[in-house]
Amino acid sequence: MHAKANHQPLVRVVKRVGIPRARAIVYRILAVVLALVTGGIFLWALGQNPFTVYATMAQGAVGTTIALKETVKIAIPLCITSLGITLAFKMRFWNIGAEGQICLGAIAASYFALFHSDWPQPVLLTAMAVAGILAGGLWGVIPAVFKARFGTNETLLTLMLNYVASYIIQFLREGPWKDPGAMGFPKIAMFDKAARMPTVLGVHAGWIIALVLVALVFIYLKFTKQGYELSVVGENENTARYAGMDVRKIIVRTMFLSAAICGLAGMLQASGADKTLTDTVAGGVGFTAITVAWLSQLNPFAILLVSFLFGCLEKGSGTIQSLLNISPSAAEVLQGVILFFVLGSEFFIGFRVIWRKGGAVNE
Amino acid sequence: MNEALSYVSSFIYAAVLAGTPLLFGTLGEIITEKAGNLNLGVEGMMYMGAIMGFYAGYVTGSVALSLIAALAAGALGALIYAFLTVTLKANQNVTGLTLTIFGGGFANFIGENLILNSPTKSAVLSDAMKANLKSINIPLLSDIPYIGRMFFQHNIFVYLGIVLAIAAGWYLHHTRKGLNLRAVGENPGAADAAGINVTLYKYVHILAGGGLCGLGGAYIALITCAGTWTYNCVNGQGWIAVALVIFASWSPYKAILGSLVFGALSILRLYIPLNIPTALFSMLPFLVTAVVLVVSSVRMSKEKAQPKGCGVNYFREER
Repeated sequence: MHAKANHQPLVRVVKRVGIPRARAIVYRILAVVLALVTGGIFLWALGQNPFTVYATMAQGAVGTTIALKETVKIAIPLCITSLGITLAFKMRFWNIGAEGQICLGAIAASYFALFHSDWPQPVLLTAMAVAGILAGGLWGVIPAVFKARFGTNETLLTLMLNYVASYIIQFLREGPWKDPGAMGFPKIAMFDKAARMPTVLGVHAGWIIALVLVALVFIYLKFTKQGYELSVVGENENTARYAGMDVRKIIVRTMFLSAAICGLAGMLQASGADKTLTDTVAGGVGFTAITVAWLSQLNPFAILLVSFLFGCLEKGSGTIQSLLNISPSAAEVLQGVILFFVLGSEFFIGFRVIWRKGGAVNE
Repeated sequence: MNEALSYVSSFIYAAVLAGTPLLFGTLGEIITEKAGNLNLGVEGMMYMGAIMGFYAGYVTGSVALSLIAALAAGALGALIYAFLTVTLKANQNVTGLTLTIFGGGFANFIGENLILNSPTKSAVLSDAMKANLKSINIPLLSDIPYIGRMFFQHNIFVYLGIVLAIAAGWYLHHTRKGLNLRAVGENPGAADAAGINVTLYKYVHILAGGGLCGLGGAYIALITCAGTWTYNCVNGQGWIAVALVIFASWSPYKAILGSLVFGALSILRLYIPLNIPTALFSMLPFLVTAVVLVVSSVRMSKEKAQPKGCGVNYFREER
């Protein structure tokens, strides 16, 4: 006897061929809303009123001109670093070493700020920027070369280099670059006025550089041969090789650019925001930027928007600490939850779920 | 002579202590990767285990409950990861990273709130609980001169870690389920065709791996930080554990050796009487890990490689 069972499973998943762009955006927005609700439940579980917390955060981020300026200041390195990461991620090169590349950029820029502060400001700032770009870029080339030649795991290597970079700053702070005027306290001297980024509309000029970079990265990815090549390598290395592309060269070149942009972010952070070199110059920006880049689907214009929103989140979290006595790590929790939901929502954009109809067995 | 010997034995003793959280993290990641999933969230799961283990100990004062809470918290982190990558087929790299960001934030958030709300502005375990975490001397063996001090006078975590490592090695290579697991990691399509429930295997082992990472985190909170909640306490150890998986070439036995070596690196500063800046010593484990990564990729052999299916999500209809 061979009973005819219903072989159709209860739930089935098939790939979607295409989804209207608007619908995809709606899904992502829905994901963010759900994430905020989840975050709210988390806050509520901790005995806080989520509405008060969110309102305080919003007020703290954009409520006053001063707050808004601070928010923009947080968003600048985030935006620039995300743009850098985007280049690598488009190539499916998991550069999570932005932290370290920021540090190296800041170190190289600080060298000029500390020892050549007698140069005229335009010359000095240019030298700092170039140094930051080169140092950051070369720090990123290290893992790229090993990846290209030996297939070394770039995720872990870039990550380890983060710690190495951060300890280099600590070493400089405690030894060679220690400020003799700090009465034995291990810190690096504040930069001279000439080495500080000028402010435009109340925020250091890094925001202008960020805007320019948004356009440049967009053009590079969309309209240049190199941009095309790196996305082919990202899609399929074999295809790239078959098409006659020099995959190794593309990997190293793209990583140099990716890391160079992060290095520039480090220079701006030291020169514009901190006005000195500290070992928290990157301060987690390298990781948050990954979240920003992924949420923005590696689209430069979306990065601009998302990094501003994340700036709000970060600034707002600082406010809830002072006003509501809640830890500012709330920002990271929310970031994580938002990204979890967006990652989850991607499934519904890429796949279609089919439920078995009725469940009746067709004999 | 005697002095040198006791110096070495206390060095090894300290290295074992420092290496234990790495051992838990490495074991967890080996099991996860054997199921074909690269979970970069080890750091995050360790954080989750650290805070929940600490919190349970802080409230109840019980070591057992603390361990269970840590295990559960690590597994919870892994569940988020498993649901996103196995069921919803999200990118494994990004999901793992997000888990790291989330876990770190989660732990620091709860930890700082404990501190902010405590009258003394610090979160410390009760003395009774700390006494329960003291070293256990194994009868007879702990009396062997020097060797006893090095290996048989440790706290419960150390013994647990060694037992788990040996059990994991045996499980992977000498049981039917272990064989199936390796098949899932190497070639999920073939495993599926052979009737192995790929999804179930992945879920079970990702969760088990997360639980182990959680225990490693609890170790950091309870032992390394001596029962006082410390901001950013895990500080990269989860990442070293991920790299140690490569160093150990996916073998739980070698993970014991690997974590001992890296434990030793992290405490070297206290035992080498040279005037080298602290920052350079702190950098050492990370620098050596970087070098190990490069060297092992240069001379990678086929049998000692990452499971083939690792990092790629399995979608049945795309076989």
